[in-house]
Amino acid sequence: MNKLILSAAALALASSAAMAQDVVRMGTEGAYPPWNYLDDSGEVAGFERELGDELCARAELNCEWVVNDWDSIIPNLVSGNYDTIIAGMSITPERAEVIAFTQEYTPPDPSAYLALSADADLEGGVVAAQTGTIQAAFVAQQGWSLVEFATPEETVAAVRNGEADAVLADKSYLAAIVAEDDSVVLLEREEQIGGGVGMGLRQSDTELKDKFDAVIGEMKCDGSLNELIEKWEVASTFDDC
Amino acid sequence: MFESCADPSSLEGLSWFACYLTTGKHMAFYASFGTVLLLLAIILPAALLFGFAGATAARSRFLPLSILGKTYSAIVRGVPDIAFFLFFVIALDQAFEYIRHKIKCPDWSEPIRQGNDFVVCTAAKMPLSNSPAWVHDTYAFLVAVLTFAIVYGAFAAQVLYGAMQAVPRAQIETAEAYGMSHAQAFRRILVPQMWIYALPGLGNLWMIMVKATPLLFLLGIQDVVYWARDLGGTKQARFTDYPHGDWRMFYFGALLVFYLLLTWVSEKVLDRLTRRFSLGQATAAGEAMRKAGA
Repeated sequence: MNKLILSAAALALASSAAMAQDVVRMGTEGAYPPWNYLDDSGEVAGFERELGDELCARAELNCEWVVNDWDSIIPNLVSGNYDTIIAGMSITPERAEVIAFTQEYTPPDPSAYLALSADADLEGGVVAAQTGTIQAAFVAQQGWSLVEFATPEETVAAVRNGEADAVLADKSYLAAIVAEDDSVVLLEREEQIGGGVGMGLRQSDTELKDKFDAVIGEMKCDGSLNELIEKWEVASTFDDC
Repeated sequence: MFESCADPSSLEGLSWFACYLTTGKHMAFYASFGTVLLLLAIILPAALLFGFAGATAARSRFLPLSILGKTYSAIVRGVPDIAFFLFFVIALDQAFEYIRHKIKCPDWSEPIRQGNDFVVCTAAKMPLSNSPAWVHDTYAFLVAVLTFAIVYGAFAAQVLYGAMQAVPRAQIETAEAYGMSHAQAFRRILVPQMWIYALPGLGNLWMIMVKATPLLFLLGIQDVVYWARDLGGTKQARFTDYPHGDWRMFYFGALLVFYLLLTWVSEKVLDRLTRRFSLGQATAAGEAMRKAGA
């Protein structure tokens, strides 16, 4: 019993020490497993939850998770409603004009197509993608018919109910769906678009960016980042650091 | 919640559903119905207040005030709701932070606008970034209430303005003949009588407001639509203890029932209010009631 009280007191002390620091609010979408999603109890979970918590622990930051719609995830960051975006966001020159990115925490990976059958017609058919993603921009660039949805879940549902012929999205997201559903398949064709995935920060927030850059580099070198990537099957691993 | 829920994969049928429907996520879903009702309960008086102020200002004999009242309802009614909700909320939040910044950090040297970024000192943050999550949620909710009140207040202003004009001129004249001042006639004669003229318009507005509550979702509040979408989506066994297919139809079906019930109750209440306000009025309905009573 005494032990319990002692450890409770220690915990209280530790948490009050943590409270004294500034809180870093981590913005994520919470709808993109295995990257980030809400678990059964409604908490943010997934690869980026574990990664983010580890990065914060290493940088000795007190972090809190915020769920925000993908559509408005950048406007809310620059207006200061949270301090980072950690939501499977690929580093692109267009985004880098508006926000700053840390170094990538997953390498550039190809995007994949999910369809009802392996012979889906991309050029003549309709391709679904989430609004404001590199995949949506890619489909539009090809001149194919594009339908956009606000959430990744809706893009896949559109294929299931025949509204679209295929979805273009990160391979890890689609692979997790195909693994448990026989009615859909991944096409052999893949697209190499976008850079790696990094954390987004306000351009004026250079101090915080340096902190995260440092700990991401640290996790790359000691292999713990590769371990996390393999555990959640989100991407390929880094060869060196 | 139940002890038997510890191992969901072993559950079947009813007990599976009992556990599934009591997950933390579902509890948040149920609570969000309360959020919607609370929002409606707060914005109704708030929008009426904005509307009343707008209508009174528009009728004012003091020109700048009258222009202000008319501009408010003309501009806000003219801007599409969705543009208003997406743009205005961020602007409102920044305005609050800007004012607090000016007061709390007078000797801050860096610019507030740095490229794309809006940066105020830590003390001026609304709410402070180290405050607990519920403070952030409450703040977001209050900003939503304010936005709803401003938007629907503009419509209410127009309805109330019309209602004030509809009260027969003879009523005011009689009041003046009794020696009442302008303000007295307004308070004692005009306002009590205008409600019956305003009620059809306000009732309409209320129905539109009820149906507009899913816009909360645009304001970053996890409302019924957010949870229905999340819970109804396909769930893989890798990411949940309760995998299932695309169940959005059932969840949105539940929302449909909820909103129909809400509008049905509203209809009943509006009917009663109409009867109550018609009593003794110089309108056809009021006259019919007088005859029936006599």
